[in-house]
Amino acid sequence: MVENRPWANFFAHTVLIIGVALVIFPVYIALVASTQAPGELVRGTLPLLPGHHGIENYTQMWQSGISTANSPSAALMLWNSFVMAMAITVGKLSISLLSAFAIVYFRFRFRMFFFWLIFVTLMLPVEVRIIPTFQVVADLNMLNSFAGLSIPLIASATATFLFRQFFMTIPEEMLEAARVDGAGPLKFFKDILLPLSITNIAALFVIMFIYGWNQYLWPLIITTDPNYTTIVMGIQRMTSEENPQWQLVMAAVVMAALPPVLVILFMQRLFVKGLTETEK
Amino acid sequence: MASITLEGLKKTYTGNVNAVKGIDLHIEDGEFVVLVGPSGCGKSTLLRMVAGLETITEGTLKIGERVVNKLEPAERDIAMVFQNYALYPHMSVYNNLAYGLKNRGFNKDEIEQRVRIAAKMLEIEEFLERKPRKLSGGQRQRVAMGRALVREPAAFLFDEPLSNLDAKLRVQMRVEIKQLQRRLRTTSLYVTHDQLEAMTLGDRLVVLNAGQIEQVGTPMEIYARPATLFVAGFIGSPAMNMLSVDYLKAQDANGLLDNLPAGTDIVGIRPDDMHLTPPAVPHLAVDSTLALFEAAGAESHLYVTLANSEQPTVIRVSGQPPVAEGETLRFYIPREALHPFDSTTGKRTNTF
Amino acid sequence: MQTKRMTFPGRWLPFALLAPQVIVTLIFFIWPAGQALYQSLLREDAFGLKTTFVGLENFARLFRDGSYLNSLSVTVVFALGTTMLSMTVALLLASTVNRMIHSRSAYTTLLVWPYAIAPALAGVLWWFIFNPSIGIVPYMLEMVGYQWNHRNSGSDAMLLVIFAAAWKQISYNFLFFLAGLQSIPQSLIEAASIDGASPTKRFWTIIFPLLTPTTFFLLVVNVVYAMFDTFGIIHATTQGGPAQSTNILVYKVYADGFVGLNLGSSAAQSVILMVIVVMLTIVQFRFIERRVNY
Repeated sequence: MVENRPWANFFAHTVLIIGVALVIFPVYIALVASTQAPGELVRGTLPLLPGHHGIENYTQMWQSGISTANSPSAALMLWNSFVMAMAITVGKLSISLLSAFAIVYFRFRFRMFFFWLIFVTLMLPVEVRIIPTFQVVADLNMLNSFAGLSIPLIASATATFLFRQFFMTIPEEMLEAARVDGAGPLKFFKDILLPLSITNIAALFVIMFIYGWNQYLWPLIITTDPNYTTIVMGIQRMTSEENPQWQLVMAAVVMAALPPVLVILFMQRLFVKGLTETEK
Repeated sequence: MASITLEGLKKTYTGNVNAVKGIDLHIEDGEFVVLVGPSGCGKSTLLRMVAGLETITEGTLKIGERVVNKLEPAERDIAMVFQNYALYPHMSVYNNLAYGLKNRGFNKDEIEQRVRIAAKMLEIEEFLERKPRKLSGGQRQRVAMGRALVREPAAFLFDEPLSNLDAKLRVQMRVEIKQLQRRLRTTSLYVTHDQLEAMTLGDRLVVLNAGQIEQVGTPMEIYARPATLFVAGFIGSPAMNMLSVDYLKAQDANGLLDNLPAGTDIVGIRPDDMHLTPPAVPHLAVDSTLALFEAAGAESHLYVTLANSEQPTVIRVSGQPPVAEGETLRFYIPREALHPFDSTTGKRTNTF
Repeated sequence: MQTKRMTFPGRWLPFALLAPQVIVTLIFFIWPAGQALYQSLLREDAFGLKTTFVGLENFARLFRDGSYLNSLSVTVVFALGTTMLSMTVALLLASTVNRMIHSRSAYTTLLVWPYAIAPALAGVLWWFIFNPSIGIVPYMLEMVGYQWNHRNSGSDAMLLVIFAAAWKQISYNFLFFLAGLQSIPQSLIEAASIDGASPTKRFWTIIFPLLTPTTFFLLVVNVVYAMFDTFGIIHATTQGGPAQSTNILVYKVYADGFVGLNLGSSAAQSVILMVIVVMLTIVQFRFIERRVNY
């Protein structure tokens, strides 16, 4: 549309720049704080420009963590977060693909019952059934283990529904042609369905990875052994000290935020697709 | 290669919908049979039953001497060309052709050889490494055919394979399919709703309506002697004109219609059997007004309004006659061109 | 619900395919939910030696309990505050970005990444910049004469957690508003401008009404987010304080169960939360059914 009003454009850009600045502000402050000398942050107000102790802070956090806060090295915590996030993501994707395949491509007794059973998980976020779930995991001896961190979280109604919806859009003839070509169910799944779903899998992967990485309450109650501390819950532990060493905490915050933020920035198209489609 | 035999084949869907109501048909080895009928007549369902994509509610289906009712599609030794081609979008053309062979455990060299031969036959050799989405409609159609060809099956099943092509390409592919089938002599069952496609392709046509066979015969048999009112109206374009016997008798001064077979109350006349000049054989003469003149190049269609009748009627003449819309026209119908029907049974009344 | 027209035969295979999902669901979702339901009807004595069946007594107690009622109202304030703040800012940003042509994707990239930040980290970040002794915001507020202290002031603490929760959610709302705006046919806006509507008028009479489905959808999603996904923010910052002023329901379930070891009460709270989720899910699906054809 022809709308040539310079002042309106100027105003719009101003609004957006202020918006972007507000959104970036907390992270900028974290970056600044993570580069200060240990004493700098106790002495009144935070400087607005980065200091010169960045490398030393990040190295210390990466290698040894904060012993007074009983926090292991960031390297270990990041690794733990990575393992947990990957286990949750791969687990969710695999079991959802299999269930959607069963629901769409087979007719069997109790099909609707299973569909609703999976649906119900949408209504039971871990936060609301935290104590009995903890008891189950404890009874199964899964405390302080990656299995305990990931398996209870891998049921996924959203992923199952998304794949179901996607499978329904695949032309009927694709299955018929494959059957005439002599493909059985598992061959069809592997040779036709999986390759066709690859974009959807990638989009969901982005969303699920962020979900897994950002888990907080679950690792908090399932793990007590520092060897299983994930970065997000580790940071909370560092801040609950009497006098938190903010320059190190902020270095850890930056390191904890970096992987999922990079995933979003580099896979923005898949991220947007995943986000808008899982929520439909 | 094999014959295909359908004995009392029925398909009933849940809710007692009878899609196919008992079909008996024998297709000879090497024959090209076309199932033709309007949409919803059960022709696709019937084809899919032969393919093994729909279960058979009742009846027996034999391919060769083997009863295949309960066999998987892959075990029936058939190949199918789908309306939307159903090419695997993530596989190259080569792999689309090879997939069925791989699943059947053919060795690499055999697969390679068969794919090359089929590709050469269909002139798609240069596209073998491309993905289907990089191909034009006609090329995709060829790949779909190739996928059927490489298998060297006992029978080809075609489900409206040309309906996604534009008119020109459709004619071209029609000719190619016919030539290919002549060459390979593979038993073929072909479904279409296009009567022209059916007429030009089939050794024999099976006209279906509401889940039942109306007539089976060679294209010319069916055109020349439609067995039912339905077939008469369905085969031929423009469609056959239907006039009531009472109306025609009023125009009949010479008693030409006195010896019509018993029960005849309606007669069909092909648009090309109506002439603007009196023929040398016994004929009727009817007066009308020209409502619309349609020049289609080599021929013309005259839409006329009959005197004292509401019945829309069309006449086909070759070339362009010197007539004008609104003008009164007298046309002549040879006695022998009448197709007599009984409108209550829908059947032809003479059996010669 | 349909399947494909043609399906695979197979008696056991579909069950085998469903098994992993169903087993995880039964063990870690259905069973604990049943346990919560069961425990909500029991009371344990102080030493955990004896449990007695008390019927709905736990629920009755909750609704007589001042701290639970407080938690309810805190949750309402927090959820509404977060939703309103986040959606307003996101709508402003999205409708401004939507009029950009060249810079649209650059601004989008700059605005979507906070989605990736864990709620707990968002909490820590805002906790830090509002830190009364070294934070930058209290320093600036002091210059205009306001003494910020979320350690003593309940309303300061509430504002802090709302800021953190809303900040993280802006990117989500922004993306959905932007998608909603882009699905409005340009021709409608052109027609309105030919009809002489000013940009502001066009926004309120054409664009905003057409965004209603998106707005309503986001409203539900944001309330769900604020009620259930913000545990990390509270736990990493105020821990419900000061004086219970930020003790939202999900935090209280955890605190009463894990810290207070009051299982019956915590289970009853779980059950109430489940009822709330079920209602919100029904609202969401009712509405979505009209929008998307399953």
